[in-house]
Amino acid sequence: MRLLYFAWVKEKTGIGAEDVDVPGEVATVAELMAWLKTRGPEFAYAFERAEVIRAAVDHTHARADTKIADAREIAFFPPVTGG
Amino acid sequence: MIRVQEDDFDVGAEIAALQSGRTDIGAIVTFTGTVRDQTGQETGSVTEMTLEHYPGMTETELARIEQEALARWPLQASLIVHRVGTLKPGDNIVLVVTASAHRDAAFDAARFLMDYLKTSAPFWKRESGPSGDKWVEAKTADDKTAARWRERNDATE
Repeated sequence: MRLLYFAWVKEKTGIGAEDVDVPGEVATVAELMAWLKTRGPEFAYAFERAEVIRAAVDHTHARADTKIADAREIAFFPPVTGG
Repeated sequence: MIRVQEDDFDVGAEIAALQSGRTDIGAIVTFTGTVRDQTGQETGSVTEMTLEHYPGMTETELARIEQEALARWPLQASLIVHRVGTLKPGDNIVLVVTASAHRDAAFDAARFLMDYLKTSAPFWKRESGPSGDKWVEAKTADDKTAARWRERNDATE
């Protein structure tokens, strides 16, 4: 599964994109964030305030309970500030 | 039409292109968002602004927002241009143009496009100034403004 990070989430993880083998029991966006937190100090720091981080599954805004089983690409980012 | 680009845009040229070869348009509304220096305010001065985005999703999301506007109002044309990269105070950031036979649809659709773009298109602003760099924080007021459109059903008006 391809994971992408943007804005301060990217700064904190230290990477913009990676291909990851996500354990099968990780079923939702919220569970994926909880699992990412366990991957080291950078990820624990980046996902410290997981409740403010937004996610998109295959280019569509997702919710905490969105299922990730069929996802090709999941992105994590702060609330958007364009315009 | 939607465009994401580093280059600046020319509002007059965009209107001319949109009007080219047709005389059925009665109202054209444009909105231009620009980089604002906030010297003297709590947030301090801004010397540079960098816009990051999510290539692929940005285009998908802008096209989705535009389709929603086209479904809600009788628009004859619409355009969203959003810049990315490093900008200076006074520089253009975003352009929305809507064209319709009458002004109400054009005004409302332009506002709708901006309100939705601000809360759903994946762009992030980072401001640089004398006191360092910081990511601009999203405003909850913008979410409320966008949510207001959900209570309206313009297509049936």
